[in-house]
Amino acid sequence: MRHIISILMENEPGALSRVVGLFAQRNYNIETLNVAPTEDPTLSRLTVTTIGDDRVIEQITKHLNKLIDVVKLVDLTEGNHIERELMLVKVKALGAARDEVKRTADIFRAQIVDVTPSLYTVQITGDAGKLDAFLQAMAPVGILEVARTGVSGIARGDKVLSL
Amino acid sequence: MALETLQGRNNVELLSGADMIARFLQDEGVEYIYGYPGGAALHIYDALFRQDKVKHILVRHEQAATHAADGYARASGKPGVVLVTSGPGATNAVTGIATAYMDSIPMVVLCGQVMSHLIGDDAFQETDIIGVTRPIVKHSFSINHPSEIPEVLKKAFYLASTGRPGPVVVDIPKDMTAPTERYEYVYPKKVKLRSYNPVSRGHTGQIKKAVELMLKAKRPVFYTGGGVVTGNASEGLTDLVQRLGFPITTTLMGIGSYPQSDRQCLGWLGMHGSYESNMAMHHADLVIAIGARFDDRVTNNTSKFCPTAKIVHVDIDPSSVSKTVRADIPIVGPAQNVVNEMISLVQGKEIAHPDALAEWWQKIDSWREERRNKLYEPSVADEPLKPQEVIEAICRQTRGEAFVTTDVGQHQMFAAQYYKFDKPNRFITSGGLGTMGFGFPAAMGIKINYPDDQVVCITGEGSYQMMMQELSTCKQYGVGVKIINLNNASLGMVRQWQDLNYKSRHAHSYMESLPDFQKLTEAYGFTALRVNTKEELEPALDRLLADKHELVFLDIYVDPREHVYPMQVPLGSMRDMLLSKTERT
Ligand SMILES: Cc1ncc(C[n+]2csc(CCOP(=O)(O)OP(=O)(O)O)c2C)c(N)n1
Ligand SMILES: [Mg+2]
Repeated sequence: MRHIISILMENEPGALSRVVGLFAQRNYNIETLNVAPTEDPTLSRLTVTTIGDDRVIEQITKHLNKLIDVVKLVDLTEGNHIERELMLVKVKALGAARDEVKRTADIFRAQIVDVTPSLYTVQITGDAGKLDAFLQAMAPVGILEVARTGVSGIARGDKVLSL
Repeated sequence: MALETLQGRNNVELLSGADMIARFLQDEGVEYIYGYPGGAALHIYDALFRQDKVKHILVRHEQAATHAADGYARASGKPGVVLVTSGPGATNAVTGIATAYMDSIPMVVLCGQVMSHLIGDDAFQETDIIGVTRPIVKHSFSINHPSEIPEVLKKAFYLASTGRPGPVVVDIPKDMTAPTERYEYVYPKKVKLRSYNPVSRGHTGQIKKAVELMLKAKRPVFYTGGGVVTGNASEGLTDLVQRLGFPITTTLMGIGSYPQSDRQCLGWLGMHGSYESNMAMHHADLVIAIGARFDDRVTNNTSKFCPTAKIVHVDIDPSSVSKTVRADIPIVGPAQNVVNEMISLVQGKEIAHPDALAEWWQKIDSWREERRNKLYEPSVADEPLKPQEVIEAICRQTRGEAFVTTDVGQHQMFAAQYYKFDKPNRFITSGGLGTMGFGFPAAMGIKINYPDDQVVCITGEGSYQMMMQELSTCKQYGVGVKIINLNNASLGMVRQWQDLNYKSRHAHSYMESLPDFQKLTEAYGFTALRVNTKEELEPALDRLLADKHELVFLDIYVDPREHVYPMQVPLGSMRDMLLSKTERT
C-alpha cells in the first residue's frame, strides 16, 4: 500500500542525505519526496510517499525515527488527511488544440500561468490521481515538459505535527 | 608542557580548536586514544604532544586503531577513541567503523579533514568521509566553527555510549584546529538532543504479560545476545534465569552473559551453535529473547524458525523488534531495567507447570547426552593436532579467565565452542561483520588497558596476515598480547564451504608461500614457538603464559581437514544440522 510519511527533522546539512540514504541502504522505495524549512527555521519538513506492506512501513518508520536528525514523524495515511501536489506542465497549444487545452485546464481547475504563440504552461494542484488524470487528458495534445513537486500532506482536523 | 591557554572574559579559558580537543578528551576521562597522524590532523597531534594525560597509541594501520579502540570498548563498556587524518587515513578506518557498527560498539572516530574552504575541490587527501561512513555510523558530525568543538564532542560521546551504542564520526577541517584562533572552552557536563531520547525503562504492562507467559510456559528457553553484555544486564539475567530454572542459550555476541559452566546454559546457538541449543529453540513453546536481534546466522530460515514458540523480544532499539521475526510480546527497553522488573515480578511466584519443565529438561539432557564426546575426534599418535583440542588446552591453562579475541574463520568458531566463558566482556569477536584482521589489534587495545590480565588472540594464518604489522606497535609500547595462530595453511572456513558445496574445489583458499611466522615474530624482537605435536602443546602454552607482560606467538599446526560442526543446513530450520562429515539431523 502507498503511504505518505511526513517528517520533521533538523534543518542541518547532512540530514536529508541521511533520510534518503536510509531508503537506499535498506532497499525501501521512494515514490515522491519533497522537503522545505518550516515556520521554525531550525526544522525542515520532509514528506515522502512510499509503497510497502504493513511490516515494511513499520520498519521504515522505526528506522526513520532512529535517525538522530529526525525529530518527529507521522504516517498521514493512518488517518484522514489532505494530500496535495503541484505540477507545472508545458503543452503544445497550436490551432484547435489551443482552446482544447484551455477548456481542459478549466475543467481541472488548473491555471495557465505562461503563454507563447505555440505553447501553454499550466499549473495544477491536487492529489496525485488528479495530476495523473490531467496528464492523460493532455497526452494527445502533446506534453513538452512536466515538473511535479511530489506529494505534500497534512492531517485533517485538530491533529498537528509539531514539537 | 601545558596547553597554550589564555584567560578570556570571566576567567574562561581561551583555547585553540586543537587544544580544545585534547582538553575535552582529558575532561571526558579518556585515557588512551589510537591513531595515526597526517597533514589534516597535525594541529591536533601537536596539542596532544603538549599534554600528558591522554596517551596516544601509534598504530601501524588506521584499521588497527579502530579495532584496538573497539576491543577496549568491548572489554570495558566505555567508548573507544580513534584519531586519523583525512583521505586515506579516514578510509583506512572504514572497516573498523563498520565492524563496530554491526556489533553496536561505542566508538568515537575523530577524522582530520582538509581546510573548510577547500572542501568540494578534490583537494589533496580530501574524502567525503561523512558520506562514505553514513550507512555505518550511529551518527556523524562536521565541525563548522572551532567554538562548537566541546559541545559536538560531548554529543559524540553521549550518542556513542547511550541507547543502542555505536560508532560516531566527527569530521574536523584543519582550519577548525588552527593554533592562532582561540575560543572560550568550557567542558559541557551534559548535552541534550531534542530528537534523541533513548528509552530508560520497558513498558510495565508488556513486561507483566511476558512474565505471565514465562510462568505458564512448558518448554521455555532464554535466548540472549550482545545487548545483555553492553547493557550490563548479565548479573540480573543470571539471577532471573536461576530463579525460573529455565534453560538459556546465548548468541555468539552474548557469550558469557550467563556463566557457561552452569548446567542451565546450553551454550550458544545458530549456524555453528550447540546441538542442544538449536534443538531446544526449535522445540520450545516460549522463547524469551533479550538484547538479541534474530540475525540470519541464528534463525536460519525464518519461515521455519521456532514453529511452536511464542516470542518475547526485549530490545533497546525499537527497529530491532519484529524486524526479521515477529514478536508476540515486544518490549522496548534497556535489558537491565527490564530484567530487573521481571525479577521483581517473578519473586515469590511459582511456575505453573513444574512437571512440564522437568520433562523439558529431560529432553534437553537427552540431546546433550546424544552428542557428548562426539563433538570431535581428538588426535592420536602422529596425527596433526585438532584445533578443538588446542582451544580446550588454552581454556584449561588460563582457567577460563582470559580475555579472548578472535579473528574470523574456523578458529573463531572453535574458540567460541571450546573456550568456556563465565563472565561477559571476555569473548571479543567480530560477530556481525565478520572482519578478518580484527583479533590482533583488538587484543592489543585490551591489553594496553588491562596490562595485568591475560589477553589471548586466537587467530588463523589468513586473518593474522591482514593485521600482523601491529607487532611493531606492540614492540613500541611493550604490549604483552598472547597470539595463538591455529595454522591450517588454508582459509579454513572457505575451504569447508568448498568441501561441502563445490566438491572440494579449493579455489584460492590454500595459502601458498606462508611466511616463517617464527622468524617474522623474532624480527620484531619477540619470542615465537612452533608446535606440531601433542607433546609440544602443553610446554608451549606454559611458555606462552609464563610472563603476563611478554608478547609470545605460537604457530600451532592443526589439521587442515577439520570442519566446524554442528553446521546448520542452509534454508532449513534451526534443528536441521550437519553434525559431522557423515551425520546429519
Ligand atoms: C576481511 C575479510 N575478507 C574475507 C572474509 C571471508 N572469510 C571468512 S573466513 C575466511 C578464512 C579465514 O582464514 P583463517 O584466518 O586462516 O582462518 P581459518 O578458517 O583457517 O581458521 C575468509 C576468507 C572475511 N570474513 N573477512
Ligand atoms: Mg587458516
